[in-house]
Amino acid sequence: MIVVAIAGAAFVLLPLVAMTTRVNWAGFVALVTSESSVSALLLSLRTSLVATVLCVLVGVPMALLLARTTFVGQRLVRTIVLLPLVLPPVIGGIALLAAFGRQGLLGRPLELLGITVAFSTVAVVIAQTFVALPFLVLSLEGALRLAGTRYEAVAATLGARPTTVLRRITLPLVFPALLSGAVLSFARALGEFGATLTFAGSLQGVTRTLPLEIYLQRETSPDAAVALSLVLVIVSLVVVALTLRTVPGARGRFAA
Amino acid sequence: MKKQLLAILALGVLFAISGCSAASPAPSATLTKDSFTKDSLSGSITVFAAASLTKTFGVLVAKFEAAHPGVTIATSFAGSADLAAQLTAGAPADVFASADAKNMAKVATLVGTPVKFATNVLEIAVPSGNPAKIVSFADLAKPGVKTVICAPAVPCGAAIIAIETAAGVKLTPVSEENAVTDVLGKVSSREADAGLVYVTDVRGAGASIEGIAFPEANQAVNTYPIATVTAGTNRKVAQAFVDFVTGAVGRSVLASAGFGAP
Repeated sequence: MIVVAIAGAAFVLLPLVAMTTRVNWAGFVALVTSESSVSALLLSLRTSLVATVLCVLVGVPMALLLARTTFVGQRLVRTIVLLPLVLPPVIGGIALLAAFGRQGLLGRPLELLGITVAFSTVAVVIAQTFVALPFLVLSLEGALRLAGTRYEAVAATLGARPTTVLRRITLPLVFPALLSGAVLSFARALGEFGATLTFAGSLQGVTRTLPLEIYLQRETSPDAAVALSLVLVIVSLVVVALTLRTVPGARGRFAA
Repeated sequence: MKKQLLAILALGVLFAISGCSAASPAPSATLTKDSFTKDSLSGSITVFAAASLTKTFGVLVAKFEAAHPGVTIATSFAGSADLAAQLTAGAPADVFASADAKNMAKVATLVGTPVKFATNVLEIAVPSGNPAKIVSFADLAKPGVKTVICAPAVPCGAAIIAIETAAGVKLTPVSEENAVTDVLGKVSSREADAGLVYVTDVRGAGASIEGIAFPEANQAVNTYPIATVTAGTNRKVAQAFVDFVTGAVGRSVLASAGFGAP
């Protein structure tokens, strides 16, 4: 079993290590600080952050509802919410086009109001939120179920109102899971590629996020693509390491 | 005695062969005419071809295989840069057809002498009905017109810079896509009002897209080279296929798809 586990770890590690052997270290700084690279990195960080905030704002009520209530069709709702997790992102992009595109279900009325989502940074955030939301809902709902309702029930019998229970008991209890869920969402948003390419387009400073820039650089400058890939690996590594350190027991909650 | 027997046997074989060829109806005149040279070809080859050649090479491969029953051809269609990268990484291929000279040059050490076999020019693609009323290249730069083009890094985008200079018009696209197919998708889904794609893409796109030719396009004519891969396992068939593409049949199939002569 240990051998298999080590092989598994090596399977994940090997391609990443192999990639570092392809890095042109002499030109590394110049490659990653080019105008288009910096602009793509900043756009990625900005949009991923907004997408994460949106995931928290929308995902917390969803997780609470799924974990703490029972309603008709709950299983179906949970399945649908988790769908973007398993869907190929390009399908997410096509679906988002059908909804928010210029000819889309919501896109057309919005355009009449003077709001165009297509080809804008907003479209990038929508695509990222779409694919990242399940991560937050999944980890938070699991944590809520694991935490149980004992403390909430006690607080209620002591006269705490539901909002107080939520604010003082429920959310602090699951805060580590909320944080790790948010980080996972951020990481997923940062890596979003397929839905963005299909739905938002690709323009420097507006919609060309780091993964799209890497894909484009591959055409002309493989060195730049590898260098930028390494930057994204490092950013992801830092993000995940930070949560594992600051959130006690976060490792266990990922499985929840 | 032995000699006589052999002679009779040989005569019989000869009869059998001539009888066979007379009895079986020839599928076409061209097939029988040079069936002697074609029968000598057999085996399988892999053809790497630029994405814009998907339809025409599909037809050409089918025709080639029909003419040479012993030959099977596997095809791989992708962006020329991707294919060049795959070849460099050692992907097994026998023929490489690139959408531009630049990507063929990347693999110069791995291929034989490239032959130019087609040209392609850009055309404006608009959704059917032309909602933004585009008539010229300059219209693409008008405020409010959502234009989608290829990024300068890919061949279809590199051509645009030359055209902009010739026309004295600077485009402000809403998106710079990685491939001509992505531009087509944005136009046919009516997300964009206009896009710049190759003439052949417009021809192949069907009713959802209309093409508008513009004179400045001639400033950036794209030439397609084809070459055999030196490391290929079946160079004889590979060379025959290259000759076929650059020959009369190839010429007519490519021309009917909108490709120009080199």
